[in-house]
Amino acid sequence: MPVYDSILDLIGNTPMVDISALSPKPSVRILAKLEGQNPGGSVKDRAAKAMVEEAEKEGRLGPGSVVLESSSGNTGIALAMICRVRGYHLIVVLPENVSLERRQTLEVWGAEIISSPGSEGSNGALRAAQALAGEHPEWFFPYQYGNPANPKAHYEGTGPEIWRDCPEVTHFVAGLGTAGTLMGVGRFLKERNPAVQLWAVEPPSGEMVDGLRNLDDGFVPPVFIDNQGDELLDRKMIVRAKESLQWTRRLTDVGIFAGISAGSAVAAAVKGAHQLDEAVMVALVADSGWKYLSTGAWTGDLDEAVERANRIIYF
Amino acid sequence: MSVSVRLPTILRTHAGGLSEVSAEGGTIGEVVDDVVRQFPGTSSHLKAPDGGLHRFVNVYMNDEDVRYLGGLETPVDAGAQISIVPAVAGGSN
Repeated sequence: MPVYDSILDLIGNTPMVDISALSPKPSVRILAKLEGQNPGGSVKDRAAKAMVEEAEKEGRLGPGSVVLESSSGNTGIALAMICRVRGYHLIVVLPENVSLERRQTLEVWGAEIISSPGSEGSNGALRAAQALAGEHPEWFFPYQYGNPANPKAHYEGTGPEIWRDCPEVTHFVAGLGTAGTLMGVGRFLKERNPAVQLWAVEPPSGEMVDGLRNLDDGFVPPVFIDNQGDELLDRKMIVRAKESLQWTRRLTDVGIFAGISAGSAVAAAVKGAHQLDEAVMVALVADSGWKYLSTGAWTGDLDEAVERANRIIYF
Repeated sequence: MSVSVRLPTILRTHAGGLSEVSAEGGTIGEVVDDVVRQFPGTSSHLKAPDGGLHRFVNVYMNDEDVRYLGGLETPVDAGAQISIVPAVAGGSN
């Protein structure tokens, strides 16, 4: 192993592990790409690093700059780590109902936190951040939903890594948040092999949608639109909290302590495995489980854990 | 065929406060049209001027987004649960 100059050099090149023991049939292999192995603990290290480096190249970031982000956690954490190392002050707008660990993890790296109403979810945090960005044009607002560096990090990193490690891949399954992972990986893999299927997984929208006052407050990420997501995706499905938690628990059978969105992705892969004769599916494990311990996702009564999961944002 | 259609909160005021309604149709498009026929106030929320689905509306049949099945032409499965869900940011990890 080389000795690295910076912790940021450890971002990417995550390992894949065969979890076919969880597949309902031997002819469908399922591989998990472990993004929790990134130094900031999630897949979001990739986009955060790419967005910061792009801004540095353009001269929009320099010593002492302020960076602003709206995030329910992982992007904020990734940016907090990167900003600390690079010497920027990070302000994060966070829905007040995200888990305690997430908030504390941001504070570890000295980020400043501004809370937005939990009932408005990610959209509310985003709107609040956009308003702040408007008032402070001198701040750098990476805006991961619309920043081309986000999908580019996956087009140049995650996608090529999967192709290098498993060129026989037939399906890529991941959560749809900003769409950065799916658009970047999907575009790369389909260029190499147009037959590769791209599956998006969503949590039930529940209370987030109830906070919506008008349909025109609806939102499709520009990253999704700019990459013709409608044409790129082959399937999009909702995985319910109960199933997500069941598969998050099942992942521990193969030794993987993963976040709840990984349970959703694996649940979707397993659902697909029942419908297919042969496949090699890569499911994205976006982060590890530490940040979700206080939700009781792994221990005790499943239905109670589902109740709690419905009140938090887990993608 | 009659199926159950779940409505989001913001459409319920246009559907007499109901969270779930019954609608008839052999395809998703026919089911959406039947919802609009029963509750005309939902029309501008569900349909785009070109007759397609409003861009901020997702329709799910048994938790699968119909845009990737066959769009409005998607045949409705017997006993299917249809959900109309506004598009929101899926999250922001």
